[in-house]
Amino acid sequence: MRLEGRDLVAGYEERTVLDGLSVAVPPGRFTVIIGPNACGKSTLLRTLGRLLKPRGGSVLLDGAVLHDLPPREVAQRLGVLPQAPLVPEGVTVADLVARGRQPHQRWWQQWSPGDQAAVAAALADADIAELAARPVEELSGGQRQRVWIAMALAQQTEALLLDEPTTYLDLAHQVEVLRLLERLRDGGRTVVAVLHELNQAARHADHVIAMKDGRVVATGAPHEVVTEQLMTDVFGLACAVVTCPLTGAPLVIPRP
Amino acid sequence: MRGAAKRGGYLLLGVLVLLAAVAASLTIGSRPIPLGEALDALLHPSAGEAALIVRELRVPRTLVGLEVGAALAVAGVLMQALTRNPLAEARVLGISAGAATGVVAAIAFFGVASLAGWIWFGLAGAALAGALVFLVAARTRDGSGPVSLALSGAAIDAGLGAVIYGILSIDAATFEQYRFWVVGSIAGRTPAMAGQMAPFLAIGLVLAVVTARGLDALALGDDAARGLGHRIQRVRLLAAVAAIVLTGAAVALAGPIAFVGLAVPHAARALVGAAHRWVLPLSALLGAALLLLADVLGRVISPPGEVAAGVVTALVGAPVLLWLVRRARTVTA
Ligand SMILES: Nc1ncnc2c1ncn2[C@@H]1O[C@H](COP(=O)(O)OP(=O)(O)OP(=O)(O)O)[C@@H](O)[C@H]1O
Ligand SMILES: [Mg+2]
Repeated sequence: MRLEGRDLVAGYEERTVLDGLSVAVPPGRFTVIIGPNACGKSTLLRTLGRLLKPRGGSVLLDGAVLHDLPPREVAQRLGVLPQAPLVPEGVTVADLVARGRQPHQRWWQQWSPGDQAAVAAALADADIAELAARPVEELSGGQRQRVWIAMALAQQTEALLLDEPTTYLDLAHQVEVLRLLERLRDGGRTVVAVLHELNQAARHADHVIAMKDGRVVATGAPHEVVTEQLMTDVFGLACAVVTCPLTGAPLVIPRP
Repeated sequence: MRGAAKRGGYLLLGVLVLLAAVAASLTIGSRPIPLGEALDALLHPSAGEAALIVRELRVPRTLVGLEVGAALAVAGVLMQALTRNPLAEARVLGISAGAATGVVAAIAFFGVASLAGWIWFGLAGAALAGALVFLVAARTRDGSGPVSLALSGAAIDAGLGAVIYGILSIDAATFEQYRFWVVGSIAGRTPAMAGQMAPFLAIGLVLAVVTARGLDALALGDDAARGLGHRIQRVRLLAAVAAIVLTGAAVALAGPIAFVGLAVPHAARALVGAAHRWVLPLSALLGAALLLLADVLGRVISPPGEVAAGVVTALVGAPVLLWLVRRARTVTA
């Protein structure tokens, strides 16, 4: 599945965040977007995911203009995990994850065995099967985050856009989520995630998009993008990049 | 997980409670009529006194009670979901005030002196006020989102309230008639009125069912709802139209009846969780039952007089809601 943005202009009311940004998401790969706070990562992800309508330019999904496609059809192919979803009260984990099946259902349609299987698989993949009966509002931040990931998984889309999927998670669960995203990629899905942890981005991504002030400043394989010069430039923080002794991936270390 | 079987069980319970309420409404009153005799009067029309009371008085009253109770409860669910406000009910979107303004205008300016005429003015007033609230909210930044809906509703409610009290305070004759409507009652309604209300109820209920899944998604936030493939402006518009039609028809017919729209959705959610495909039908059943039981209670509470259903709903509803709050966490929209 090819997803790309061409000359995107997007923002909020009088504030223009993205101004003529072009970006291509490589199909079947794991892409990570990095950049400082407020540089427009979420805005880009929301535009690519059809949550925000661009004022100029267009998002193309397999060559078709995304914002002209029927929303339900898009939701069957493209799953989005927003940065800050609302937690409704009185909804159990299983019920919430089941809402991820909505794009595949009609209002007159019964719950199908296929839906049941998708929800069960999503609960297992996000490691929350044992939480299924708990009300979501009673969960910890990290447990909730995994519930949202499970909802996006239950949607069973070819492409998955996730805004900071590892926030609130402890190190073990962060790694687990990243490995899950790698498995999805290995299964042929296109995965895009916004991450703040540069070393995780460098280690797990196939493709890195570095942003600053609403622009894409570099794209490419981790070792091409995660360099001393670029990281110092993008984050305004002097840092060294060494090679990870275990994986060979670039490792960013702020200079003392 | 609350299984479908358990939730289906609550729906069945709702049906049984409603059947009991209907039976009570047909049999209990200043002239008690045994159930067998009441059913007989329905099936075999005869000229006996009991048969006449059942057919001419109790049946229309019961039908109107069913319609108004179900409509107010379902509209309450919709308005609570639209505004993400667990306290939302008919007043919040300015719909009650719109209906009241219509009725006051009918009496004061058009000389309409019968309930049959007031109904249409009330419905028109409710529709105009509700549409105004929604259109004003739709033009704001958050596009008919929870906050702008609640704020413009509150503004319209306050403004129309001032108009109503202004007219009533200088026009005592209008107040004399208006007070019969504003107390909130289902007594003295005719079968024709019940029939006039039915299409509005049907439209509102169908729209509510159609938007149920969209409302489930909206509860997760606008972005999540869009991500699940919903056109959120359309979901909000359809749900608002349903709420306006249901509330407008109910309030025009029975006057502003408090508490059904507020308490019933909470009770329903406490029983079956927050998914609208369960909450909506259960609310319709329980709303109808609550209003009928309140009406029956009003008939026997101080014979030979009657207390209007609108007064009793508040009296009955308050302790029920308090009990639910104590028993379980309240579950909001
Ligand atoms: N709903 C909104 N209304 C107005 N301005 C917004 C809105 N959301 C974001 N912005 C602004 O747009 C700019 C880009 O925000 P965005 O959320 O895309 O940043 P981000 O890169 O995702 O940051 P973070 O790492 O903090 O999540 C910021 O200046 C922000 O203040
Ligand atoms: Mg962000």
